[in-house]
Amino acid sequence: MSSVNPLRGFTHRRRRGAELFLLILSLLVGVGAYIAVGVGVEGAVPADFIGYGGWLAVLCVLCHVVVRVVAPYADPVLLPVVAALNGLGLAMIHRIDLAELAENPDANTFARDQLIWMTLGVITFIGVLLVLRDHRRLQAFTYTSGLAALVLLVMPLLPVLGTEINGARIWINVGPFSFQPGEVAKVCLVVFFAGYLVLHRDALALAGRRFAGIDFPRGRDLGPILVMWLVSLGVLVFQQDLGSSLLFFGLFLVMLYVATERPGWLVVGSTLFAAGAYVGYLLFPHVQARFDAWLHPFSSDSSYQIVQGMYGQAWGGLVGRGLGQGDPTLIPFSYSDFIVAAMGEELGLTGVMAIIVLYGLIVERGLRTALVCRDAFGKLVATGLAVVFALQVFVVVGGVTKLIPLTGLTTPFMSYGGSSLIANWAIIALLLRISDQARRPLPDLSGPADDDATQVVMVR
Amino acid sequence: MSELTLMLIRFAYLAILWIFVLSAISVVRSDMFGARIETTPRAERREQKRAAKNRPKPAKRPRGAPTHVLIVDGANAGETISLDDAPLLIGRGSDAAIRLDDDYVSTRHARIAASGDQWFVEDLGSTNGTYLGTQRLSQPATIQLGTTIRIGKTTLELRK
Repeated sequence: MSSVNPLRGFTHRRRRGAELFLLILSLLVGVGAYIAVGVGVEGAVPADFIGYGGWLAVLCVLCHVVVRVVAPYADPVLLPVVAALNGLGLAMIHRIDLAELAENPDANTFARDQLIWMTLGVITFIGVLLVLRDHRRLQAFTYTSGLAALVLLVMPLLPVLGTEINGARIWINVGPFSFQPGEVAKVCLVVFFAGYLVLHRDALALAGRRFAGIDFPRGRDLGPILVMWLVSLGVLVFQQDLGSSLLFFGLFLVMLYVATERPGWLVVGSTLFAAGAYVGYLLFPHVQARFDAWLHPFSSDSSYQIVQGMYGQAWGGLVGRGLGQGDPTLIPFSYSDFIVAAMGEELGLTGVMAIIVLYGLIVERGLRTALVCRDAFGKLVATGLAVVFALQVFVVVGGVTKLIPLTGLTTPFMSYGGSSLIANWAIIALLLRISDQARRPLPDLSGPADDDATQVVMVR
Repeated sequence: MSELTLMLIRFAYLAILWIFVLSAISVVRSDMFGARIETTPRAERREQKRAAKNRPKPAKRPRGAPTHVLIVDGANAGETISLDDAPLLIGRGSDAAIRLDDDYVSTRHARIAASGDQWFVEDLGSTNGTYLGTQRLSQPATIQLGTTIRIGKTTLELRK
């Protein structure tokens, strides 16, 4: 990680107009999906689309105005991309609701809740932008947020607070709501890792010995990575949550690599991960079941969901059945973990490719922010947040398309789930805050700064 | 709703989705290439004006007259500064034409200026003084080709 800015003499423009233009297009994507669902399912343009579109427009305009006022140099692409993904996810959840209601008038519906969660997410986004005026202040909370992350991770294991839903113990009950603290924990972990690595990266990077052409770290510097490995193994063992354990460990590994520029960490970390995964496979039946369902989906009895998802995507083909024309209710949990399969069924490969490119854009803008950012802490936080998105989308889409064993993680911004949605909106707010700092032109410091006192020649 | 309408809606929606993706990418692209370089138009104009004003000068100068200042010794040794932009301010400040990284040099230390075909050096009230040879300057003095000027720990010479 070099501190020299290659972009000196290069001023970023504010680009708020471009952001507004993209936001309008993203509204078209969201509201268009809603209308297409209505036409596909009920044969008529839904009567309430003006109210629905109006509400989305209000949320978008609110975000835009706040960004314009408090973060005028922030990245212009992130917010519209997120708005489009969220709108698309809402329309798909609404579409699955309609199909469920057609079968059973008393079925649970999720779209309305998701819209409320999106509103809360936008409020969180605005709140983070308003309260946090400089991301460097977060560095003071390095260990606080590390502790918060640990507490959040342990919370679901507590006897009264935690609940087990569908085999994974990652929820806690707060009154009528259930809440996934792991989603908030990942933001805290990014802040903690960044703060920790900024202070300790020199020790981690410079000390060590060379073996087989790769610099390996010193034994005593292995402490933090071992702790992190144990934490993610603990998540795997006690909460039976493969996805989060993969996410946390992968995040730590990538941040360590970015901070130290030492491929040795990747070798050590990958070995640890492979060992952990193998032991997990030997010891825990639920991990074995995941692997079985991945390797032999058509002969395993725990792979119904994957097989249904694959049939759905195959039926969708290149251009999909059309919104409202498919049958995504055949896939269990098509509104949350398997929303990508439902998208594949109704929008086809063309639509899923667009969605993946949009996620790629979020990651690219995050890494871009890290490149342009002037302080090491901001660089690491932006990298970490971008990597969270990249890993999460890879794990979910890879699992649904049977590239890797299926692990339960939410698809950011699309699948149903309040904690995930709010945490991801907060992540976008953080990225915008860092990119605003990074792209803001440098203040003019030439002049009095170098006019310090002249030393007097001693004349004997 | 007819089959044809539904198919049109399906393709139209995919088109909207991709139009959004492509316009987002084009914003990313213009963000990369479209950022302007940090020169304000005013500074540029001033630069041009100054260049235009100084251009006739070298023509007037007779052959054999000094053309540049060479830093012989000190932190910036080896640098040459053209005399075309005279008068030259020497010092440690950011507005100096000959900027020296020398702790014994004042912010605005001395000035080299031309009068007719004579070159003068003038001390600007510096802390450690300006020396022509071994003589500390108390008033502007003419300098010849090859005379050494000492400022702090730096020595300068006029060169052809």
